[in-house]
Parts: sequence; C-alpha cells; structure tokens
Amino acid sequence: MAMIEQLTQLKEEVIEKITATENIKQLNEVRVAYLGKKGPITDLLKGMGKLPVEERPKMGALVNEVRAEVQHIHDVRKATLEEQAIQEQLEKEAIDVTLPGRPVKVANAHPLTRVIEEIEDLFISMGYEVAEGPEVEKDYYNFEALNLPKGHPARDMQDTFYISEEILMRTHTSPVQARTMEKKQGASFKIICPGKVFRRDNDDATHSHQFTQIEGLVVGENIRMSDLKGTLDIFAKKMFGEDREIRLRPSFFPFTEPSVEMDISCFKCGGEGCNVCKHTGWIEILGAGMVHPNVLSMAGYDPKKVSGFAFGMGPERIAMLKYGVDDIRHFYTNDVRFLSQFHRTEE
Amino acid sequence: MLVSLKWLSQYVDLQGLEAEDLAEKITRSGIEVEGVHHLSKGIKKIMVGQIKEIKKHPDSDHLNICQVDFGEDELSQIVCGAPNVAEGQKIVAVRPNGYVGGKKIKKGKLRGEVSNGMICSLQELGIEGKVVPKKYADGIYVLPEETPVGMDAIKALGLDDVILELGLTPNRSDAMSMLGVAYEVAAILSEEIKLPETAHEESAQKAEEVLKVRVEAKDVNPMYTAKVVKNVKIGESPLWLQQRLMAAGVRPLNNVVDITNYILMEYGQPLHAFDYDALGTGEIVVRLAKEGEPIKTLDGQDRVLNAKNLVITNGKEPVAVAGVMGGYDSEVTDKTTTVVIESAYFDGLTVRYTAKDLGLRSEASARYEKGVDPNRVIPAAERAAQLLAEIAGGEVLSGAVVFDELDKTPAKVVVSPDFVNSRLGMKISLNEMVTILTRLKFDVETANGLLYIDAPTRRQDIKIEEDIVEEIARLYGYDEIPATVPVGESKAGGLNAYQAKRRLIHHQLQGSGLYQALTYSLTSDELSQKYALETAPTTRLLMPMSEERSTLRQSILPHLIESVTYNVSRQQDSVALYEIGSVFLGETEEGLPREESHLAAVMTGNWLNNAWQGEHKKVDFFVLKGILESLFAKLDLTTRITYETAVVDGLHPGRTANILLDGKRIGFLGQLHPAEQKANGLKETYVMELNLEEIIAASIEPLVYVPVPRFPSISRDIALIVDRTTKAADLEATIRNAGGKLLKEVNVFDLYEGEKMELGKKSVAFTLTYFTPERTLTDEEVVAAHDKVVAALTESGAELR
Ligand SMILES: [Zn+2]
Repeated sequence: MAMIEQLTQLKEEVIEKITATENIKQLNEVRVAYLGKKGPITDLLKGMGKLPVEERPKMGALVNEVRAEVQHIHDVRKATLEEQAIQEQLEKEAIDVTLPGRPVKVANAHPLTRVIEEIEDLFISMGYEVAEGPEVEKDYYNFEALNLPKGHPARDMQDTFYISEEILMRTHTSPVQARTMEKKQGASFKIICPGKVFRRDNDDATHSHQFTQIEGLVVGENIRMSDLKGTLDIFAKKMFGEDREIRLRPSFFPFTEPSVEMDISCFKCGGEGCNVCKHTGWIEILGAGMVHPNVLSMAGYDPKKVSGFAFGMGPERIAMLKYGVDDIRHFYTNDVRFLSQFHRTEE
Repeated sequence: MLVSLKWLSQYVDLQGLEAEDLAEKITRSGIEVEGVHHLSKGIKKIMVGQIKEIKKHPDSDHLNICQVDFGEDELSQIVCGAPNVAEGQKIVAVRPNGYVGGKKIKKGKLRGEVSNGMICSLQELGIEGKVVPKKYADGIYVLPEETPVGMDAIKALGLDDVILELGLTPNRSDAMSMLGVAYEVAAILSEEIKLPETAHEESAQKAEEVLKVRVEAKDVNPMYTAKVVKNVKIGESPLWLQQRLMAAGVRPLNNVVDITNYILMEYGQPLHAFDYDALGTGEIVVRLAKEGEPIKTLDGQDRVLNAKNLVITNGKEPVAVAGVMGGYDSEVTDKTTTVVIESAYFDGLTVRYTAKDLGLRSEASARYEKGVDPNRVIPAAERAAQLLAEIAGGEVLSGAVVFDELDKTPAKVVVSPDFVNSRLGMKISLNEMVTILTRLKFDVETANGLLYIDAPTRRQDIKIEEDIVEEIARLYGYDEIPATVPVGESKAGGLNAYQAKRRLIHHQLQGSGLYQALTYSLTSDELSQKYALETAPTTRLLMPMSEERSTLRQSILPHLIESVTYNVSRQQDSVALYEIGSVFLGETEEGLPREESHLAAVMTGNWLNNAWQGEHKKVDFFVLKGILESLFAKLDLTTRITYETAVVDGLHPGRTANILLDGKRIGFLGQLHPAEQKANGLKETYVMELNLEEIIAASIEPLVYVPVPRFPSISRDIALIVDRTTKAADLEATIRNAGGKLLKEVNVFDLYEGEKMELGKKSVAFTLTYFTPERTLTDEEVVAAHDKVVAALTESGAELR
C-alpha cells in the first residue's frame, strides 16, 4: 500500500515541521505548504482517482483523519506560539516603575494666608462674618474712635507712619471694628478682621514694618467676659490641640476694659517647660478684653444696654510658633524654598 | 520699673515668700513681671578686706601686689590691676575658689606673683556699668571705712537682694513708684502697708522769707511747692542709698541729687533741686517759654524752647524745663550750700510734648506724662527735707512755699454688683467685692445694694464702672471666670461673595502652580508708579524711615519681580509667584487714597521640567495666558475677556497684551523688556497685573445644564495664508461671523511662519466644528455654511492654502 505509507510519512513530516516552528509566521508557512490547496495532502486526495473504486472511501477517510489530526496539532501549536508572542510583547514593554512620575505643577498659599484662613474658617463656623477695611486710615478710626485721643500716652505703644496729620497707615486692624460698629448702627454682630498693618519699626528677626493681624469683635446684649473666655478656649483647642489650656492675665489696651492677655499651655512640652515657652509652660498668644464703653458710645451704641468683647492676634507669631519659623523676614522674602514647605496638610 | 525686694519689704511684709512665687502672683493679678533677677547669682565667697600694703609688681607697670587683711591670722596677697587701688581701702575680693559672674577664681600666679583671689569692680559683681558711680566706673569699688573686714560682701553690698523687672502698661503709672508697687503687692497678699516717715526738725526761719513762688501758667501748673534747706554738705550718699538707687537702675551722683532720685523712685513724684544762690533772685516764676528762648540744660546742651514749653524761671530767665530737665546754671554742685527742692504738679500733655520737642525723655517726664498723684506732691517734698537733714546735715527752713490750685478730690464711682457680675459672667457677692476693694485701699461704702467708691488719687486709671469691674476681676482671679459662649440669636457666619470669589482665585492660581507671595506696600518713590495700570498721584509718608519705604505702591509688580530675582540668584531658576494685594491711587473725597485690590504674577524659567523623559517647556507668553484663561473660565468670563496688542513701559513691545473685560482695559500681560530682564538679573520672564475688583465684580451666570449631544458633529479644517501681522482673534471673528448658527467651535491647530513662507506672511490653520443639537447635519448644510466662511475669509484678504 504505497499510498498509506506515503500518507504516514507525510503525517510524521508535517508534525515534525509544525513542532519545530518558532513563531506564527513560520507556522503559517508550514500550514500553507502542507495543508493548502497546493499542498501534498490535497495532492494525495487528488490522486485517489487512480485507486480502485472500493478502496477510495477507506482511503478518503484515512486522509481526512490525518488532515484533522495535523490541523489539531497546528491549532495547539498556534495557541502556544500566540501566547508566547504576547509574553514577549509584555516583557518588551516592561518599565522601571521606580522612575519619577511626570511632574504636575501645584503650588500653595503663603503660610500667613494659611494661618489666617484657618482662623477665619474656625470663627465662621461659630457664626462670624469676615470684615475688612482700608490699610490707609484716618487717625479717627485708628485711634480716636478706639479711646485713644491725640496725646494719649498709649499712642506710644504703636509708632505710626503718618501720611498727613489726619491720615496714617493703620497700626492695627481695630479701625475695621470701629467702622463696622458705625455701619451696624446698634445691631448685634460677630466679626473677624484680618489684614495688613504697619508700624515704624526697623526690620529684623522679630520686627517687621509691615505685618498682619487678625482681630475679632462680638457686640450684643449681655455679652460677658465668660463668653470671651469660652470663645478663646474653643479657639485655642482647635488651633493648637484639644488638650490645650488657656489662662487670662490682666493687661491694658485703651479700647478694652477689662483687658487681658491670653496664654495657652505650651503645645510643645505640654507645660513642663521648654525653649518654645521660655521654660514657663505658657505661651502668650493674644490680647483681648471687654469693649470699652467709650468705644461703644462713640460708635452709637449704648454701653448700658450693649456690651462686647474683642481679641486680636498676630498670624506671624502664630505661624512662627506653630511651624518653628525663626525669623519674621522669611514671610516677606518669598523664597520658594520657604514658601513650598507649607504645601502639605497637617492633622 | 525695677523693684528691689529688700526695698519693697520696707513697706510690705514679704517674709516667707519666694521671689518667683511673688512674681507669679503679681503677674497673674495685674502687672507683668518680665524678669526676676537674683543679684547674688553666680557670686560665691566674696569678702570685705582692707588693703594694708601695696607694692609695684616687678614685671608689670600697671599691676600692684596688695597685702589684704580679711580679719584672718595672716594677710592675703592679691595682685590687682585697677588704677584706683590704694592702701587703707576697704575693698571687695573674691577669695580663692569663689565665683564671680559664674566663673571660678582660683589661687594662681600673675606674672610670677602669687594672687589669692581677685579684688572686684562693681561691674565684675554683675552691676551694670551705667549705674556704677563715676568715681568707681573704671576701677575697683571702695566701701565706706566703717565696713568691717571679713564681712560677707554680698551683705555689705546689698547683693542679697532680688530685683523684679515690671513691664508696666500705660494705665498703671501708679506702679512707677515703690509705694505704688507696695500698695499693689499689699492688696495681692492682703497685707497692710507701712508708709515712710517724713517727720523732721525745722528751723525758726520760714522758707517763705527767702523764696517767692509765682505761677503764671496755672492751667498747666496747678500746684508748685518748694522747700528750702540751708547748710547742706554735698558729698557721697550713704551706702544704703547708693544701693537702692543702683538696684533701681539709677547712677548715684551726690547726696542731694541722690535724694531727689530716691524720692522719685519711692513716691513717683519727680523733684528738682536748685542751688538757691545760683538762682540769684530768691524768686521762682513758672511760665510758658517765649518762642525761641534759649536754655542750657544740665547735660550741657544748649536748647531752644517754643511757646508751648513750660519753664521754671528765676524771674528773669529759664532755670529749668518743667518736668523734663533742670538748667545747667542752677544745678547743685559741690559748692552748693542752700538747696531749693521743687515738688510740683505739671500737666502731662505739656510735659509730653516738651519732652518730644527737645528729644529728652527722662524718668521725671515719663511720670508727669502719665500723671502723678496730686496727694503726694507735699509728702514727697517733706520726705526730701527729712533726708536732706538726716543725710546731708541740712537745716530745713520751716514750712514750704506753696502755690496750690490743684483739685485733689478722688474719682467717685458708683457700681452695682449686678453690673459687675453681668459683665464678667460670674456670681461674686457684694461682701467679696467690698473686701477686694478694701484690700486695694479704695474707700468703699454700700447703700441700697450699690457700691459707692472713692478711688485713691494715686490710681488715676480708675474712673468708670468698668474700671471697678477689672479691679474686682483681677484680684478675684481670672481663673475663676467660667467658660461660656455668647447666647441669643445666632446667624450663619461666612465669607461674603467678594471674599469667597477671592479665595477661589487664590486656590485656582495655586492649583495652576503659582506660589502666593506677600511683598511690602511701601516702596520707593521711583518704583511706586512703575507698571501702574493708571496714572494717579502717589501717596507718600510724612516721615519715612528710608527712601526705600517712603511711598505707597501703585503696582504689585516691582516688588514681586524683586522676589523672583531673589530666588533666581539663589539657584531657583524656575519661579512662578503671584500676589493679591492693595495698590494706592490718588485720593478719595474722604482724603484717603483709593485702595484697589490687584492681582499680579511673575513667571520665569521652565514651566515643565521632566528631565528623564526629555520634556522641557520654557515659560512663555502663552503659558501665562493659559493660566489666566483657565482662571477667567472659572469666573465665567471667557466670552467677555479679550486681548489686544499693547505697549506698556518696561515690557517687550512685541509681546505684550492688554486684558479687556467687556472692552474695558483691566490689566496687561507680557514679557519683561529684555533691558528690564537684564537689570533684574533675569532670563525670559513674563508678568501680568490686573484689577482684581473688576473680575470679581463681573457677574456670573447661573449654571444650567446643557444636554450632552446626541448627534455627531462634523469638522472641517481650513488653512490660511495671511500677513504676519494679522491677528488670530480677527480671523476667528471673521469665521464666527460668517459661520452662522451651525458653527459651534473654532480652534487654531497650526501656526507656521518659517522659511517656506513668503516673506511677511504666515499660515494659520483652524478646525471648524459644525453641530446642531436637533439632528445629524447633512453634507449640504455643512458645505453651505463652510462656503460662506471661506468666502468671508477670502474677502478679508486671506488666501486659502
Ligand atoms: Zn514648652
């Protein structure tokens, strides 16, 4: 049976070739060469006409059987090679994941803005509005309306840049309080006033001729000193940590009576004494007091019926304490290596 | 104010109290103690000795070898370099292994000679040079002869004392005296107070017989008293007096001056001592100075007075500037025998202005400015007479020469306990209030449930009910106040619309990669108008501290550019900063400058720097413009903002644009002029500044959802050859006008102006997007619309590529 032998030989030959292929291209060449219309298997089928009629079906079945087997082996090989190709592709595409990512430029607020916004938001949550006013002020709003008539000794506490006898660079944000009281015409209100202020000081590590302040003012019926204390307590805990304690010390400001200064227990050492608190356990944070009746009446309030409290602090000092900044000039030099340190969030 | 506790304990019992505890109590109840200084700190084993014998050091021309008697069996040899060392002196020496200034002094040799310790100057013992008596300023200190040898020198020098440094607020001028502090401390400790004795003998002769006092300026000098003391022997003050003064920070001079200074410190009442004979007229006349009148003050300076200055005269010429400084010619000298002691009440404001006019602030003027106690004018003069008799051997003429029209009645305040409690948020009983006020030595009576209070005249700060609230609260203790929050109607707080938008702008710019900077509002006259958006008069300080900070800025840019330069010169090559702040323009009707809030930004260097992937993008005009465009988009201003070529001083003329809102110029952006870049040490740098108020005030349309397109859009590209000067914005406008309703978007996708172009021409290519939300467009519709666009462009002179 020369034909059967021929078929067996052919089968072994094609299987060997398929197995030897290394990629889809080679496999395709083998497929076309052996299984195609011009391939030897087709030739064999064509040559069946020479066989006796009774042998033809048997032989036909045998050829088809071989053909199917070869096809199957081809398919398996194809799958393997495809899988192999994908693997190679993936390996080729592998990257060094430790290389840095493509930079996305995002900058941040100035640290003083960060402190001011934090304070603003805290008081806004307690029902305060934010009030602002001009940086160049009238002597009247900066001093006189705040119980600091011309010649008052306390004017020495604040050396002033005058523009004319009646116009000056505001020395504190308190004129915003005076203006707001005048505008509110006897109504009760709560405000917080952030802004830039100016003093005749030579710039050095602890002084700046321009700096910022944030003040608060609450005016209404039956506003008590205990309300001031409670409000400052909330502020201290939110701003400097839940376990902060506050204490009030008597002080003097012409626009408040009584006047106090508020210390918080040191957030660095917890009160044991360290460099931050100069070994006292306490850090001075702000000045405050009950609004002086003269200030109320000058703005058209009746101090017998209405009372109020006010407080004021320096964002520079708070930022210096909070972040350990050692020189106030950093805030006005705008060194990006300084500014960019205030990018991240804090707990 | 420096308070010696040894001195203070003359008036209040301080026994058993640690200085630190007392300081804490004082701070917590009213006056801040800024320092507690133990004078004996760092000092050990110092002893009084007597120099028995002095020999020149053989190897030195300034050292002496002293044999010192410390009351021991043998003399001690100490080498001393002080120029004033002399045999017989009672001196202070550190013994071997003792300490001064925290440093150990060992037995040693000085150029071969044994030295058992060190003879000390006062400075070496920690006393400030400026208070050491002149005589001993450059050498060792010499004790009075009667000081016993072998005595502990810490005791002999009064260094067994603690000084409290008080930080006085302007209202507490009462504590500018030892007696004032004593009242305060007695109140805190609930102790009694012992006032000093002023009794003394007086001669038969009356002061009035030798001295006349006439006050012409009664309104500014309502009280003037003078005592006359004869046969005064000028000399050094006793040790105790010198020690008191040095502890208070005052340099001892001679017994008469020291006594006036001592009483200034004790009573807070400034005194002045005149040499009676030098006055020459037996008369004192107080009047306002004549304009331009000269006086030589006791510091030897010739000064010119003005008509607002109050002067003491001898009836002819000024002999002192009232309350500020005495005159040179009437000063007490070694030859003085008869002394006139002035104790007066001068108006605070007059003294304040005079001291300011003359640039002379003294211990006396500081007290007058803040108001002295009207009831201490006489006792202080009597106390001075007593001490002059006791210490300087003087003979006090009887009585005083007095002019007195001063109102000495105490301030009367009526307070209800309810008022006190309602202001404090506390429940203090009437009795407790009375107790506290009594401790303060206020006169209190109660009637009808009210407190009737006479405030002592030493406490000039007590005038109204609120002052009483403070007195009660501070002695009751602020720790006792509960913590509450305001009750009553509460409104929602928040930022107003302007503030909220400004915050949004801050956050948007930071998110775009610009750091927020803060620069100074004060600048030089030269820079004040540079880059200003409008021409307006500048605002200048009356008395600037420097030309650099003399004028208010009209633009943020000059300082912001300086900040960028600061960074660039510190190896920060890529910098992007912005600032929001006020500029100051002209003057409003109120007389204040018009403050306008501006936004400025400066960018230089690389915008994108992704080294290992080889991506670098230098900052250019369009980087900054893109940041602004996204900001304007956030503010719903995209369609209202336009740009036009502009010329701005200091900017590159070909790379500068005005920013217009609804056709009105609100700012500019552009590249710094190369010359400016060079002057500032910068490479290519882009800047912008605009009026922030304009973009915040521009209204924002309500946000209404537009349906997401259900039908496809159709795009057509069009490339045009136009003159190089043709503006893309003009081409876009032509396209939009011609494109009709169906044209939805026009985007530039290519720009070419290279070699392949005819000179003076460029190619600009646009993508046009046609769309209608109702249906899919047909080709015919798009062709019709597009043909119109092409026709319009051709007509405008553009050539299709
Ligand atoms: Zn601490």
